[in-house]
Formats: sequence, C-alpha cells, structure tokens
Amino acid sequence: MSPVIPNLLSIITFLPLVGALAILGVKWASRKDDTAVIERNAKWIALWTTLATLALNVVLLAGFDRASTDYQFVEKVEWFSFLNYHMGVDGISVLFVALTALLMPLCILASWESVKTRVVEYMIAFLVLETLVIGVFTSLDLFLFYVFFEGGLVPMFLIIGIWGGKDRIYAAYKFFLYTLLGSVLMLAAMLYMVGVAGTSDIPTLSTFKFAAEAQPWLWFAFFASFAVKMPMWPVHTWLPDAHVQAPTAGSVMLAGILLKLGGYGFIRFNLPMFPLASEMFTPFVLTLSVIAIVVTSLIAFRQTDIKKLIAYSSVAHMGFVTMGIFAGNQAGVQGAVYQMISHGFISGALFLCVGVVYDRWHTREIAFYGGLTKLMPHFAFVFLLFTMANVGLPGTSGFVGEILTMTGLYQASTWAALVAALGVILSAMYALTLFKKVMYGEVTNEALKGHPDLSLREKIIFAPLIAGTLLLGIYPAFVFDFTTASVDAVVTTYRAVTGG
Amino acid sequence: MQTLVTILVLAPIVGALIAGLFGRRIGNIASQAVTTGLLFLSCALSWYVFSQHTWGGLEPFTVKLLDFINIGTFHSAWSIRIDALSATMLIVVTSVSSLVHLYSWGYMAEDPSRPRFFAYLSLFTFAMLMLVTAADFMQLFFGWEGVGLASYLLIGFWFQKDSASSAAIKAFVVNRVGDFGFALGIMTIYWMFGTINFHELFPLIAAKAGTTWTFIGYEWSALDLAAFLLFIGAMGKSAQFFLHTWLPDAMEGPTPVSALIHAATMVTAGVYMVCLLSPLFEYAPVAKTIVTYIGAITAIFAASIGFTQNDIKRVIAFSTCSQLGYMFFAAGVGAYEAAMFHLFTHAFFKALLFLGAGSVIHGMHHEQDMRKMGGLAKYLPITYACMTIGTIAITGLGIPHTQIGFAGFFSKDTIIETAWAASNTPQGMFAFCIGILAALLTAFYSWRLAFMTFHGKKIWEHAHDDHHHVVDGHTTEETTPIAHHDDHHAHDDHGHGHDDHHHAHTPHESPWVMLVPLIVLSVGAVAAGFVFAPYFVGDHAHAFWGHAIQHGPHNHVLHEAHHIKEEWVKWAPLVVTLLGTLGAVYFYLLKPQLPKAMAAQKGPLYTFLYNKWFFDEIYQATFVKGSKALGDLFWKVLDVKIIDNLGPNGAAWTALKSAQKLVRTQTGYVYHYAFVMFLGIAGLLTWVVFFMAK
Repeated sequence: MSPVIPNLLSIITFLPLVGALAILGVKWASRKDDTAVIERNAKWIALWTTLATLALNVVLLAGFDRASTDYQFVEKVEWFSFLNYHMGVDGISVLFVALTALLMPLCILASWESVKTRVVEYMIAFLVLETLVIGVFTSLDLFLFYVFFEGGLVPMFLIIGIWGGKDRIYAAYKFFLYTLLGSVLMLAAMLYMVGVAGTSDIPTLSTFKFAAEAQPWLWFAFFASFAVKMPMWPVHTWLPDAHVQAPTAGSVMLAGILLKLGGYGFIRFNLPMFPLASEMFTPFVLTLSVIAIVVTSLIAFRQTDIKKLIAYSSVAHMGFVTMGIFAGNQAGVQGAVYQMISHGFISGALFLCVGVVYDRWHTREIAFYGGLTKLMPHFAFVFLLFTMANVGLPGTSGFVGEILTMTGLYQASTWAALVAALGVILSAMYALTLFKKVMYGEVTNEALKGHPDLSLREKIIFAPLIAGTLLLGIYPAFVFDFTTASVDAVVTTYRAVTGG
Repeated sequence: MQTLVTILVLAPIVGALIAGLFGRRIGNIASQAVTTGLLFLSCALSWYVFSQHTWGGLEPFTVKLLDFINIGTFHSAWSIRIDALSATMLIVVTSVSSLVHLYSWGYMAEDPSRPRFFAYLSLFTFAMLMLVTAADFMQLFFGWEGVGLASYLLIGFWFQKDSASSAAIKAFVVNRVGDFGFALGIMTIYWMFGTINFHELFPLIAAKAGTTWTFIGYEWSALDLAAFLLFIGAMGKSAQFFLHTWLPDAMEGPTPVSALIHAATMVTAGVYMVCLLSPLFEYAPVAKTIVTYIGAITAIFAASIGFTQNDIKRVIAFSTCSQLGYMFFAAGVGAYEAAMFHLFTHAFFKALLFLGAGSVIHGMHHEQDMRKMGGLAKYLPITYACMTIGTIAITGLGIPHTQIGFAGFFSKDTIIETAWAASNTPQGMFAFCIGILAALLTAFYSWRLAFMTFHGKKIWEHAHDDHHHVVDGHTTEETTPIAHHDDHHAHDDHGHGHDDHHHAHTPHESPWVMLVPLIVLSVGAVAAGFVFAPYFVGDHAHAFWGHAIQHGPHNHVLHEAHHIKEEWVKWAPLVVTLLGTLGAVYFYLLKPQLPKAMAAQKGPLYTFLYNKWFFDEIYQATFVKGSKALGDLFWKVLDVKIIDNLGPNGAAWTALKSAQKLVRTQTGYVYHYAFVMFLGIAGLLTWVVFFMAK
C-alpha cells in the first residue's frame, strides 16, 4: 500500500517542531517591543500547526490498514549501524499519535487566555513537546525511541517549572528526579540489548529471544522507567505535585499523553521482548496495580485540592491499565489500550474542567466552591458527564476499559479482580463527593458570583472530548478496529512463549 | 415489528435529549409535551407488543442494533430482546412512566427546572427499557447503571439541599456495592461459559451443574457462585437487606420520581434479573436458598420499620422494600412467575400510593409528616378514594376460591401459597411464616398511613407557624426548595403562589392532570390481578411465559401451589390482613392517643425500629469512617511521610539547597536542569554512537 503522502509519519512528527521554529522566526523578524503582536502570532501559529498535524492524522488513520499486524507508513534511513532513523506505526501506536494530535490544539486553546507570561516560549515548549511525544510512538529504533522518550521530559519539565504554581520548582524537581532514575536503568538495559542482539531495531528485537537469565534484569530496568511514568504505586508521589503545580494544559498533556508512555512501553517492550520475565513478575505487577487502585482511590477521597484529587484518581485508573497488560490475555491488553485512550479523553477533560474554575477564581481548594451548578449550568453538564465517565459509567468510554481489564484480570487472578472491582465503588465515592462539594448546594461563597458560564472557546475545547467519550462508550469498535490485529499479535506471541 | 420495538425503546431518549439539551430554548411546555408525548407513544407500542405476544401469537425475537464490545470471544451487542419477561416489563415501565410524566405536569408546575426534570425522567425510562430488553450481560449492566445514574440525578434533583445531594450519592455508592458483585458475576459467567449472551448461555448451564469453580483460592459450587455474585447486584438495586439503606434516603427526590423509580420500576430490576436468570438459578440451589432468606428477612425487616415511621413517603418506601422481599422469596422458592406477577401488580398499586402521597403532600403545601395531617378525606376526596383503593390493593384483600379481590390479593396470595408448597424445605417454611407475618404488618402500617392522613383530627389547623419542625433530631423539611427561589415564581401557573405558603394552609385537592393518573392506576390496582392472573400464574401461564422462565426438573411449586390441600393456608392471608386492619382501626381511629403515648415513651424496641435497626449508624461508623481513616493513613503517613521521605524529599531537598547556592534565579535554575538533561542525553548518544559502533 502506498501512502497518500510520502514520509507522512516524519511530517506528522516534525511539523510541530517546524511550527516552533516558525514562531522563533516571527519573533526575530518582529520589532522587539511589539510583544502583543508577537504573542498573538505565536498563539495562532501554534494553533494552526497543531490543527494541521491533526488534519494529517486524519489522513494517517484513513490510510491505515486495520487488518494488518505489520508496522505501516514505515520509513527507514540508515544512519549508523546502531542508530537508524526507523519510523512506523502499528494499530496501537497509531491511536496514541492521533490522541496526541487531538489533545494538542485543545491545550493551545485552553492556554489562550490563561497564560500571560512568556507566551512565545510557552507555545514553543508545547510544540516541541508534541514532536517529542509523537516521536516516542512512531520510532522503531531503540535509541531513537530513547531520545524522544527522555527528550519529552524537558519541555514538560519547563512547562511545570516556568508556568507552574507556587511550588513549581519542588514539583518539577520531583518529577525530574523520579523519571531520571528510571531512565538511567532503561538506558543501561538498552545498551546491553544492542550489544547482545547486534541491532537497535525494535521489530527485530521483539522477536529476538533474550536469554532467560538476562530477562529479569532487562525487564526490571524497563519496568522501572515505565512504572514511574504510569505512575505505579509506590513511585507515584511525583504525579499529584506535578499536576497541582502544572498549568492546565500541562496537566492535560501529562495525564492525557505522558502517563500513557509507560503503558505503551510495557506493551511494546516488556511483554514481547522479555516474555519469560513478564510472566515471572506478573504477580508482582498485579499486586502493585490493585494496591494502586484501592490505595490511591482512598487517598483521592480525602483530598481537599481538586487537582490533587483528580491526579490521584489518575493513578488509580492507570492501575487498571497495568493489570490489564500483565493479565496477558486479549481482554486484558485490549482493555488496557482502550483504557489508556479513554483516559486520555476523560482525564484531559477533567483537568480542563479544573482549569475552567481555576481561571475564574484562581483556587483549587474544594472548600472554596459550592453550588456552581446554579451559576454555571453548562459547565455543570460537562463536569458531570466527565465525572460519570471517570466513575466508569457504561455508555461512556470509561466503562469499556475498566470492565475489559477486570475481565482479563479475572483469568489471571480472581483475588486481584476482586480487589480491583472495589475500585468501582471507591471511584464513585470520591468522584461524586467532589462533584457534590463543588457543584451542588447553595451558593454560600459570595466570591463565586459574577463569573460567566462556559465561553464559546471553552465549549469548543470540550466538544470533541464529549463526543469522543460518548462515541467510544457506545461503539468501542472505533478503537478496537485499529488495535485488534496488533494486540492479538502481541498476546499470541506472548502466550506462545509463556505457554498460557 | 422490529421497527416498532426500536422506536419504542429509543423514543424516550429522543425526548430526553430534546428536553435536556434544548429545554431552555424551546421552553417548559414544549419540553414537557415532547417527553410526555414520546412516552405515551412508547407506552402504546408496549401494549401493542404485549398484546401481540399474549394473544397474537408473536414469537420471541431479538433485534440487533449495533455491535458493542467484541474482543476475542467476548461478544456483546446493543439489541432489543422481546419475550414474555421483557414484554411484561415494557408495559409496566412505560405505563407507569407515562402516567408519572403526566402527573408531573401538575406536581412540578412550580419548579423552575422542569425541562431538566422531564429530561431525567425520560432518560431513566430509556435506561430501564435498555435494561429489560438486553440480550446480554453488557447491555443489562448498561441499563443497570444507567437507571442508577438517572436515580442519582433525580434524587439529587433539588441539588441545593444538602440532604438531597447526599442521598443521591448514597444511592449511587450503595448500588455500586451491588454492582461490584454483579460485575464479578458477569466475569465469572464469561470465563465459565465463554459467553455473556443470554441466548447462548442458557443452554450451557445444565451441563455445569455439580461442577466446581476456583475463586479467590477456594473451590465453590460453580453455578451457586455465579448466581450469588449476580444476586448481590440485585440486592443493591432492589434495596434488599444489608444494601437497603439508600432507599429511604432516596425519598429526597420529588415524589413522582419515588413513584416511578423507587417503587414501580427500577427497584424491581433485581427481581427481574433473578427471573430472567431462572435457567441459572434453577441449577444453583444454594444461591436460591440465599435469595429466599434475604427476601424473607427483608420483607419482615422493612415492614417492622414501616410502622414506626412518620414521614408519609418513608412509610411507603419501607413498604416497597418489604414487597420486594416478597418477590425475592417467591423467586427463591422457584415461583418466578409469581414474583413477576407481584412485580406487575405492585407497580400499579405502589405507584398509586406514591402518587397519592404526592397529591397529599402537594395539597398540604409540602408537608410530609403524617403527624401534621389528619382529616384530609374531606379536602382531597378523589385522592382519598384512590389511596383507599391502593391501600386495599396492597393489603391484598380478596376472597379465596373466588375471583373477587384487588390486585395484591392475586399476586401476594400466590406467593404465600408457593412458599407453602415449598415448605418441605426450611427456607420455604421460613418464607411462608414470614409471608404471613409480613402480611399482618403490611395491613397494619398501610391502614395506619391511610388513617393518620385522611381520618381523625385536623392537626394541621394548629400547625401554622412552624413550617420546619424538628422531630426527634430529624429535620422534616419541605420537599421543594422552591419557596426559597422567589425569582422563578413569576411562572407559577398553579393555584397557589408563593404568598399562599404562609397564609392559606387549607389543604386542597390536586389538579386533574394529577388526578387522572391516580384514577388510571386505581383501575389497575383493582383489575390487574383478576385480568392477568390466568396468564401470569394461572392456566395460561405455561403458554404465556414460554421459554422466558425455565424450571429445573424438580421444580413444580407453582403447580403445587394451585393444589394445596390445607384449607387454612388459603384463608390465613385474609385472616391476618383483617387482623392487621382491625389493629390499625383500633390504634389510629379509635384510640389515636395510644400510639402517640407509646412513641413518646421511646421504649427500646420502638427506638430500634424507629432508627431503622441502626443500619445507617453502623455503616457510618464502619465503612464511611473506615475509608476516611484509611485514606488519611495512606495519604498522610504512607505517601507523605514514608514514600516521599525515603525517596525524593531526601534527595530533592539536599539538591535543592545546593542548587540554590549555585543558581540565583528560579527560572535560571529550571533552565539549568533542562540543559543538563539535554547534555546528558547528547553525551549518552555520543557514547553509543562512537563506542558501540566499533
């Protein structure tokens, strides 16, 4: 099959970077004192670039052969014997690329008025982030992957550290420290793998049979890096701080995309490359996953900060992902991929909801709010919808991922499934309590009055997320059509090796 | 026919979307008209489908609308399953729902958020229709949680009230406890049989009888385990013992909601599920025994509370809880037909009682405390007549060996007789005794309600000034917060405006739009029994139910119930009902000061019953406080003290200190680290490229 546009993947990956350069170019070309114009140009360039990337993604999805398990839109340029420019997507990664491309314009729009300092740099940081994140999903070379994977930290780190809240330095540092620790181990493992296998080509490595004694170490090195990214309990404590300090759009990217790098990594590396170790560590991962679900849900129940509550809820929802992946069966892995896509919509939207109130009242204290439904009925509808999606109500995308990962898990361990199912009770507790405290009751705080309901810009931001959450909830085949072939291939290979 | 049933199921959601999304633009009347009109359309189609099924020889069929989840062997689809069970539920749901829609035109006339209310009602109806027409567990679960959502929204409809939004959360969370079991049950079914489609599943069940299944490390009887887990879901939705606590609180919702959701339809979903899964339960004797016990305990437990409560809606709520118990133990002893029949008749008279109570509350200007009522018969004559019919129907008055009796007589007596037919087992005997005893209590508390409300002294004449009464520490507030929102009263198209609230306290009869549903339901409460008894539990039962309800090889309880030799068994329900009625007459008509004195004494038994066996207090002290304490422990100790101090804070803090010495400005510091990260990556890459590419 010949792609409609040659080098489509490279174009999608690097178009945002080109946009970033264009912003710089416009800035240099403009008069220095004309900040208003420069900033307006930066915003529009960023928006159009991300929209163009999104449009190209539509082409990508349309041209994607859903029946095939092969990597598609492959581009390969020999650079060095160990580092090649090798790009391609399969049914799993293509959706993450599309999710990134969808969320990015929304992030730009969400920052349209709320970001007031260093607007130019902010837009550049987001565009660079987009290139790096898409690169993670499109690269098929181990070291290329590593560059994108670690490189993505930098703009995120800056977004938190520069445009964040009061304690942004601490949060950024914590974020940095955790993720760096994991990635050092991963790099060491990569060097070893390339040394043994003689190639850094990911598809080749996926079928390379690493020695059984080496697998646990390699597995663990990758696991350390991905577990921090997810984040899994107990290496999750950076996430609430990072979220609380990050600007709204930063949180959206963090929860919507960056957390998924971990889950993607597990499916792309741990499961196919180290199947024996994966099977060996399964009880360990499942235990951590269900602990995450119960413990962080209970913690979320006690939060007094809206953003922190949603951040902890994210950790709990990622627990479903890890347990689904390591259940190692179709329902589990499909559910996990689905849960990641769905969570991209839902958590992104929830953080945008926080942004809506934060932009108006500049506080995230739950106690400050109350009775907003009466003042902002449109917002109440949006927030309720995503609260219910977060709770995993059938009919929203949140349900499909949860029920499938739990079903998959049931086969691996009924105990774990039982504990994980407690999550459906706990999520209702914390999410509905939050909604009640913020939205229901009488308006007792006078300061809440006098702000408008959702603006047109905000409605435009929410519209695609609402549509996505509901459409995926009613007709999940939108996702499964893409993922089935690739996930089946992963699961079949894994099962063949582990004899399950 | 396929198109018709599709329209039937989808019409309510169309109404809900129109009223919900465009309600403000199209206005109140248009929203009400659209939702109500579409509901009546649904209702007409439902009766058509039902009549075609019952008399027209319509074979059961399933329409597949759209694929839902398809992963490997995990198949589910959006579909509409029509058989005897779903056809019965269709007419119950749409009839009550359309009448409730109509009734709400009057009851909610003063409410500023009418489009939202009607949208929720229609949304609920849609979810309920999806539930009853599901052809697999996924859609059943969708409807199950969908009605839960609608229930949450409607209980919390007056969200300004803290008690309402708390009750809404409670309902949702307690139902989620049930769904926890339900979900595990579905997974068990899937891994046991490899399918979650009813049609594929049912033929496979018999072969699994007697096999075991490993769950959480133990070997269980496979079918008993699956059935029990699913039954936990039914317990939550149908407010059975242990998971009943949400139902009385759900009375915070507007009264039409209580009639539709918390009496006639949603709470019966659990009973429906057990009957639908009769092929499974028939081979799960232990699970059936549990169903019987839980049902019987609930029947007596709820009734015992019912006769101490003073809030008119709560009395009816506990009565509902108790009647659901009847249905469950009927299903538990294997008389699924009787359970469904009682579900059917109960829908009419219970909706009638609730809507009648709503009419009383409306006429009493939002007063719900029965101790503030009395002597209303003269002021609300039609409501009085209808409520009396409903009361007779729920007490199950009728003459054995004849076809003379109200709706409840036919269904409740069948249940008690089937329990007797099963009384060779301990649970059957238990259910029979409870059934008789609860019938006594039912008659007593039902007439107590009628007498306290409509007869005796007009207590309200003296209660003008204190509209918010604090009784025994419970604040009985007005049902609607409308009185607090004067700005909306310009649209008040109902008889009494805001001003009347404080002056004219004379009760008044409700408008016709509210009375017509009462009258229609009264007809049902009288006639639903003798008209439908032959089909549900009588001579035509076998033909009527077809394969929708299946019996195990040894289950003949329904047949045996018709041939009971002991004459006293047939007369016992009537005798206890009359006893209960006489008791109520004595205590509430002849000596009304007696129960007051007994209540004032606050004896231990009274306190125990009045406080609903202290379930709320116990759950509050254990589960709610427990999860808060655990949450705090995991957060403040585990996360903050242990994990952070072992991990990042130790390192982070030191590094931060030293970094502050090195770098002056904060942003400079950030750039610094970003730069170091980039350098690091670049360095490593260089190393890779030059050292490894030997």
